[in-house]
Amino acid sequence: MNLSNATFWGYKRENGRIGVRNHVIILPVDDLSNAAAQAVEHNVKGTIALPHPYGRLQFGADLELHFRTLIGTGSNPNVAAVVVIGIEEGWTGRVVEGIKKTGKPVVGFGIELHGDHDTIMRASRAAREFVQSASELRREERPLKDLWVSTKCGESDTTSGCGANPTVGNAFDKIYPHGVTLVFGETTELTGGEHLVAARCRNEEVKKKFQFVFDRYQEVINRHKTSDLSESQPTKGNIAGGLTTIEEKALGNIQKIGRKCMVDGVLDKAEAPTHPGLWFMDSSSAAAEMVTLCAAAGYVVHFFPTGQGNVIGNPILPVIKLCANPRTVRTMSEHIDVDVSGLLRKELTPDQAGDKLLECMFRTANGRLTAAEALGHREFVLTRLYESA
Amino acid sequence: MIHFVVHEESDGVGVVVVEGIKAGQHLAGWIMEDDKDVEVVARNDIPIGHKVALRDYREGDTVIKYGVDIGKVVKPIAKGEHVHVHNLKTKRW
Repeated sequence: MNLSNATFWGYKRENGRIGVRNHVIILPVDDLSNAAAQAVEHNVKGTIALPHPYGRLQFGADLELHFRTLIGTGSNPNVAAVVVIGIEEGWTGRVVEGIKKTGKPVVGFGIELHGDHDTIMRASRAAREFVQSASELRREERPLKDLWVSTKCGESDTTSGCGANPTVGNAFDKIYPHGVTLVFGETTELTGGEHLVAARCRNEEVKKKFQFVFDRYQEVINRHKTSDLSESQPTKGNIAGGLTTIEEKALGNIQKIGRKCMVDGVLDKAEAPTHPGLWFMDSSSAAAEMVTLCAAAGYVVHFFPTGQGNVIGNPILPVIKLCANPRTVRTMSEHIDVDVSGLLRKELTPDQAGDKLLECMFRTANGRLTAAEALGHREFVLTRLYESA
Repeated sequence: MIHFVVHEESDGVGVVVVEGIKAGQHLAGWIMEDDKDVEVVARNDIPIGHKVALRDYREGDTVIKYGVDIGKVVKPIAKGEHVHVHNLKTKRW
């Protein structure tokens, strides 16, 4: 596939970033505001509420991550405008101010002193105006380099390492030289192959940072584990699919970063990258947590290879699923966007499989709904670092 | 027909990629890295996605896949046997 003049059609946002979706989101700051946010979603067609269970009594680094994730989600270029609702005006205002830096339309409402009814009414009026304005925005043709692509695999099995993950690797190797901004993560899921990732780091500074976050996460595991992480990492589903040890799972996982791209930098959870290249994000390996963090970091398209059939989606980030397991492709076809099972029958070369994924990436970026979008998968899962106060 | 695939020639296990493999069945394998053929006779029924041993292992041996260490053998394994959590464990956690 010749990508030198490749383009896609996206929405140019006020800050210059390019989105491939045009969502108006209703963003609750905390658990208490979910009901109002969902009422607004019901009142105003074309909006998406993002309910979640957190945002109260968090403190320190855990609270910073909460704000970074909410502000990052609202700032994502797949979002045209945001209505923020919180129980009180202080933290609501903090989220609004954070999103406002992008220049996009955003307004916040605190429930206290008003109640749900009045808040829902005022927020619905704002949401209706945002939806009507957003519906007039038009896509424009943009170079490939304006696309930010994230990856994370899930419910992997041994076919992930033979087929679906190397397909992502092939696609990453092809788009990396064109200045695309990429990310992978899943810190614990590199265990047994961490030396291979370290060897791919661009320079000593990146390698040191990578090794630091890897070792830090190992300490978390060692502090909290009982005998081992049996049935958790690898998961029960991974084991049913034939994956036996974390080392085996990690080596399959690492196929996603291809053979040529270098690891250009390390990101904290939900942190936005500052330049093009391949980034490693310190993150959980739980699918919805990791994909939510990618969306908050500003990524606009996601590659999700699966073996046994993870059904995940995200409210604002289109999740493209690919699979090489012929049984999963047969039994769960409605979830799979790209079937690469031919790789294991020698009917498809790795190069052809990579092209097939890239073709789907361009179609998705141009507006085609992914299987997860069509099925209404909107998993929005915030990562927590420790207990609330 | 390919019954199992092997990442690299140095690997001691292959991955079954078709459904319904029965004990006693002659399996045709494909070494992806070098595009070579390899054969083994299954000693157990092996589900799709699960591993078949391509050599004999003693307890304490290391199993190599992708050319890299994926864990230690905790029960002797004969060539053609099913390799999974009952006879292979992580060295890490």
